[in-house]
Amino acid sequence: MSTGAPRRGFLRTWIFSVDHKVIGLQYLVASATMLLFGGLLAMAIRWQLAWPWTEMPIVGQLVFGDVGRVISPAAYTALFTMHGTAMVFFAVLPLLTGAFGNYLVPLLVGAPDMAFPRLNAASFWIFLGAMGLFLAGFFVEGGAAESGWTAYPPLATLPSAAPGSGAGQTLWLLAIVVLGVSSILNSLNAVVTVVKMRAPGMTWMRLPLTVWGLLVAAALQLAALPVLTAGGVLQLSDRWIGTAFYTPAGLLVNSVAPEVAGAGGSPLLWQHLFWFYSHPAVYVMVLPAMGFVSDILSVHSRKPVFGYKPMVWAMSSIAGLGLMVWGHHMFTSGLGFEMGRAFMLSTMLIALPSAVKTFNWIATIWGGRIRLTAAMCFALGFVALFVIGGLSGLWLAATPVDVYLHDTYLVVAHFHYIVFGGTVLAVFGALHHWLPKMTGRALSETLGRWHFLGTFVGLNCVFLPMHQLGIAGMIRRTADPSVYQLYEHLAPLNRFVTWSAFALAAWQLLFVVNVLWSLRSGTRVGRNPWEATTLEWEAPSPPGHGNFDRDLVIDCGPYEYGDAAGARDFRPQARSRS
Amino acid sequence: MRHIAALLVVALLAAVVVFFAISPAHGWWLPAGASSIAHPIDALFDGILVVIAAGFVLVMALLSWAVWRGARSQPGRARTTHGHLGLELAWTASIGAVLVGIAFAQLPTWAALRDPRAMPEGGATAMVVAHQWAWRFAHAGDDGKLGTEDDLETASELVVPAGEPVLLTLRSRDVIHSFFVPELRIKQDVVPGRAISLWFTIERPGTYELVCAELCGFGHYAMAGRVRAVARTEYDAWIAERSRARLTNGAEDAR
Repeated sequence: MSTGAPRRGFLRTWIFSVDHKVIGLQYLVASATMLLFGGLLAMAIRWQLAWPWTEMPIVGQLVFGDVGRVISPAAYTALFTMHGTAMVFFAVLPLLTGAFGNYLVPLLVGAPDMAFPRLNAASFWIFLGAMGLFLAGFFVEGGAAESGWTAYPPLATLPSAAPGSGAGQTLWLLAIVVLGVSSILNSLNAVVTVVKMRAPGMTWMRLPLTVWGLLVAAALQLAALPVLTAGGVLQLSDRWIGTAFYTPAGLLVNSVAPEVAGAGGSPLLWQHLFWFYSHPAVYVMVLPAMGFVSDILSVHSRKPVFGYKPMVWAMSSIAGLGLMVWGHHMFTSGLGFEMGRAFMLSTMLIALPSAVKTFNWIATIWGGRIRLTAAMCFALGFVALFVIGGLSGLWLAATPVDVYLHDTYLVVAHFHYIVFGGTVLAVFGALHHWLPKMTGRALSETLGRWHFLGTFVGLNCVFLPMHQLGIAGMIRRTADPSVYQLYEHLAPLNRFVTWSAFALAAWQLLFVVNVLWSLRSGTRVGRNPWEATTLEWEAPSPPGHGNFDRDLVIDCGPYEYGDAAGARDFRPQARSRS
Repeated sequence: MRHIAALLVVALLAAVVVFFAISPAHGWWLPAGASSIAHPIDALFDGILVVIAAGFVLVMALLSWAVWRGARSQPGRARTTHGHLGLELAWTASIGAVLVGIAFAQLPTWAALRDPRAMPEGGATAMVVAHQWAWRFAHAGDDGKLGTEDDLETASELVVPAGEPVLLTLRSRDVIHSFFVPELRIKQDVVPGRAISLWFTIERPGTYELVCAELCGFGHYAMAGRVRAVARTEYDAWIAERSRARLTNGAEDAR
């Protein structure tokens, strides 16, 4: 406790704290739990796709006992809806902006805390409320939401169209709206912290790229998230007070006119509002990861980031263009010919900054003195797999090809390479890199590298064949591909994917073991185990309340590594004011 | 260590290349195209595949080489370089050129697919009505017009003439569905409240599976249909025969 803060009880320290580091860890535990939960849902999805309508050992009886021990079509629909929602909204986004955003931003800019510590705690507790609403969906009549994580009306808005479009969908919408409020507050806090709380000498062009990634992501959240939140409120009012923003006139569900008071709305309006946020959300899920990877690659190859300013420009233009590409999710929606052309062009453009960054990463490690730590392995894995996800995006950006591939498994392969192969690997890398700072103890490098090896091989076995499934025309969200003769010969591929997914999931235990072992008996680390330059390594591990035990003056950029760095091969950003 | 790391990248490269190479032989690839639009779409797909393959091989080769070289124990420190403007400009410009190339290469195909000016004249051949979870079709009867009394209705199977442009009007009664015929490379969402036009020319007579590609409730996976393309003479004969049957049997013909 460097600043001499009084010792407090367990509740004040770990539960009702306003310290950004504690809140970051709270977010970390909550979102990691949701990551695990979403992963388990994925296992059930994979079971169904490999062996449709058969009973899962043990789980079948426990979870699906009341529906004949097998996954029913309605339960399957709820499974992928909740998997997607859990992963995007409650695992990956809060892992990046909540856990790492909170923990790292003040430390990396040299601030004692976030700009608004109480607001920060409020964001977390509102987030927990949203999580509760989301999970409550499983326990209401009709079951959890069943309209996909995209919740397209009228399927989502008409309770007679799907069992899950009753109370389950209402809870889903409430969860998204409440989460929106939490994330907007959190993003506001992050932006203000970077703008106002930087230590003396920490100019904009001396910010580590991790901070740039988190900052640009937060700004993007602020620009786009209010739109989805408002759209969610509109969908709620369609359900509750009989407005019809999204419901057209004259519908017949099961030959019966649904009980809706109004009519004359447009289902496409929701798609616009949803993707206006949810496409930028993909960049929110990858920009911070790009920042982490840039930092890890530089530290562990003892070389400066290649092209710092181009990297900052690339991230900023990804965010700017990211607001203009949502229509590429709607090429087959009846968007119109000219609109399709316009969104195709903006989508092609946004591929450019991502591709440029890839070459900058390779140039960063080129000729470096690479230390193949577990963190470095994961960062390199990110580069390799992000490239695959980016390249398959070229097919999807080309409108005529997208018409064929839209809503097939190629899309599933594409975004899992970005979010799992990219972001989740970057998060594992970041945990190996920064967890010693958070806990004061090292993780096992050996276990970490084994975990990387299996994860890298496993996730390619899971997601690579999905390209072929999609190219062969297999649609996503199908509960049983064997309905179509066209998909019959794909069954072996589907079973291979499922076996690989089980192995990949089981392999993650290595990481859990590693973390638990490290918490108990990991070697204690000093302030700067990686010999890194940025400010967090000036603080004790773990940092006390107020973060730094001496005043910092920043007199150089974040990436002074190599032969020009001075006495050692790195030059810390901070000089002690003595 | 560095052997394993560099090998891992090379192994990924090899595995991807081999897996993509053997996929067509197993049918894990585009099903044979049966519409006129399938040719340019497949050509675009293949062209972009070449770009993807080139980019992938280049990046993996650079990455494995950088790891291989950089991770050996070597004396001294890395050179402190903060970037190189020329290199940045070079790769930005070359990647940009490729992307612009792809963007322009696809414009004619997109126009053939969706430009309203490319829509065949003479009115729609058939009307498609989607609902949870089935397809219904109304074909223009003897008078060649839709929406008249002699329309011929079928369930599950759409019959169209092969070798000439077909124009469909798509409607949904309840939620969003999507009219997807993989072998025709055609996909169009069917949005309630709207009538959407879709056109194509089927080159080979045959029966093609119709897949609902947009989540439409828990029966989505089973919302299957067929598109049967027959020669013009056969089509006319089918219309004539069904019209006669309709006159004798009344409306119950619409199974």
